[in-house]
Amino acid sequence: MSILLDHTTPVLVQGITGKIGSFHTKEMMDYGTNIVGGVTPGKGGGSEHGVPVFDTMKEAVAKTGATASIVFVPPPFAADSIMEAADAGVRLCVAITDGIPAQDMIRVKRYMRRYKAENRMRLVGPNCAGVISPGKALLGIMPGNIYLPGHVGIVGRSGTLGYEAAAQMKDLGIGVSTSVGIGGDPINGSSFKDILEIFEADPETHAVVMIGEIGGPQEAEAAEYIRDHMSKPVIAYVAGLSAPKGRKMGHAGAIISAFGEGASEKVELLRDVGVAIAPTPAEIGSTAHKVLKKAA
Amino acid sequence: MDIHEYQAKEILTRFGVPVPKGALAYSPEQAAYRAREIGGKLWVVKAQVHTGGRGKAGGVKLCRSEDEVLEAADDLLGKKLVTHQSGPQGKIVYRLYVEGGVAIAKELYLGFVLDRKSERVMVVASSEGGMEIEEIAAEKPQSIVKVSVEPAVGMQAFQAREVAFALGLKPSQIQSAVNAIMGCYRAFEELDATMVEINPLIVTEDDHVMALDAKMTFDDNALFRHPAVAELRDKSQEDPRETHANDRGLSYVGLTGKIGCIVNGAGLAMATMDMIKLAGGEPANFLDIGGGATPERVAKAFKLVTMDKNVEAILVNIFAGINRCDWVAEGVVQALEKSPVNVPVIVRLAGTHVEEGRRILARSGLAIIRANTLAEAAERAVAAWKNNPSTMGLKVVNA
Repeated sequence: MSILLDHTTPVLVQGITGKIGSFHTKEMMDYGTNIVGGVTPGKGGGSEHGVPVFDTMKEAVAKTGATASIVFVPPPFAADSIMEAADAGVRLCVAITDGIPAQDMIRVKRYMRRYKAENRMRLVGPNCAGVISPGKALLGIMPGNIYLPGHVGIVGRSGTLGYEAAAQMKDLGIGVSTSVGIGGDPINGSSFKDILEIFEADPETHAVVMIGEIGGPQEAEAAEYIRDHMSKPVIAYVAGLSAPKGRKMGHAGAIISAFGEGASEKVELLRDVGVAIAPTPAEIGSTAHKVLKKAA
Repeated sequence: MDIHEYQAKEILTRFGVPVPKGALAYSPEQAAYRAREIGGKLWVVKAQVHTGGRGKAGGVKLCRSEDEVLEAADDLLGKKLVTHQSGPQGKIVYRLYVEGGVAIAKELYLGFVLDRKSERVMVVASSEGGMEIEEIAAEKPQSIVKVSVEPAVGMQAFQAREVAFALGLKPSQIQSAVNAIMGCYRAFEELDATMVEINPLIVTEDDHVMALDAKMTFDDNALFRHPAVAELRDKSQEDPRETHANDRGLSYVGLTGKIGCIVNGAGLAMATMDMIKLAGGEPANFLDIGGGATPERVAKAFKLVTMDKNVEAILVNIFAGINRCDWVAEGVVQALEKSPVNVPVIVRLAGTHVEEGRRILARSGLAIIRANTLAEAAERAVAAWKNNPSTMGLKVVNA
């Protein structure tokens, strides 16, 4: 089993007719994702890669029965598209867009709370690589071939560092149940803790690799969750050991602005709650291998 | 994006936040002239630099005559100001702000931040102004009040009153403080700031509340909708390498080490820096060239990294996802053939079409040091940097 999505999940692509949206729609279809349509306001009635294009999310959901969407809309309009997805009743929305203003994201998160917890959309991202359940479906932009299907979950902020981890694991024959990129923005849809909760509940996930980075409180929050609720082994790496304080390292959220937001402080917190720490980013796969061997 | 104190004060004034009388000066003569315009018998000449800790570093001078203003301005202009926040390279003073002196009865702290935990705008205030917030938090934590703003309705007057009363202000000062707090919040919200800091917010001897200093930082991702704010950017306060990179759409942070890095993706770029450090070296920079990694981008990246005269080796680490290693390899070869570099270059490629990529590098005849894994790449980069490149014959030139 996998979390969040499999090959049956019906998906809409928001921004399907744009250059990037169209390219990745094809990639996702080739991987096996059940893309049932797309939305571009003003292009309704047309089609893209053989699936219908709609003007609004409400219409698209009504006509296709989609339960998930992926957002490739440019940053000035992306927050609006995410709220449109929430309002249309989609269960899962993955926002790939990089560069959404932080205050827009605050409004998005506030807007999502209008819905009762059981009806609330799950948002993953923005500024992320998306979600992949290897061998089943891809709702993102990662290269599918570097993931081996299996039983280890991956959750991380970064795209390419997540690829690095998946590739190291594949070389050692370790497969992945689902890999989730939560994105590098300061205000994001799902936190490490949110995704750890789902992995903990998934019977087919036996361990989780968590890839954090400098900035923000989410690794600390995850450490608390792991201490109190997690029964499965967790392997972690936190990037940015050599990052100076107060400088933004690429990701809008990768900045040490308060005590406890540096890589070594986060590593200490995670180690204290029993997480196996990969000493270097080159040893994420081998650390996972050791942990799995011990658990077996 | 950071702006200067005088720019922040101009903005806050428009939102109804009172500030002392002041004006900008680019020369000592202009500073003296400004002092006369402002009037009074006491002035403060303040260096306009994008860093905190100006006062302790001698960037703020109290003057009691126009001659003293002239002298202070002459001393400050063109000076490199090194504060405990600026880094050893310091910031050069090109602009001064001349401000009329005010009689201070009380110094307070007022800050607005994006709180990542509550995912809201948070007001942080303290009755212990004048010190940095970190110091206040360490020494007088009980003096700090925090109020978080409900995003659906914005900050309410009662919240500003709560803050004002918690700061120990007298009833006659409350309305003035509420106006200042609400004004700062409106500026923060309307202009997509990520930080507004008034330190100190002062109460004058005649019961007025005003901003004696002001710092504002804006969300880079929201500048598209605030062209007037974007225009306030002052490139003289940026690391020239970073200016060069940002103007070319590359994400770059200059550091002090010797090994230049060219990487795709922010997380992998940080991890590459970590690997260099763990292998016994120091990174010269953070550089994320993005997912595209086209030959043009790779060429731009080489140019940027070699602009830094400290760079004694260059590590290229690309994990090709959507793009392909063979294209990246072509890019590296083209970039190095067009403009050869005289330091060792280490290239690690992984991901899609990696075999073709490695073949292209090998076939090029360039003295590129190849690595297959992240660990190997960092070890070889550090080793190449430690060995004198000229005696190792590692110069990258056409074979």
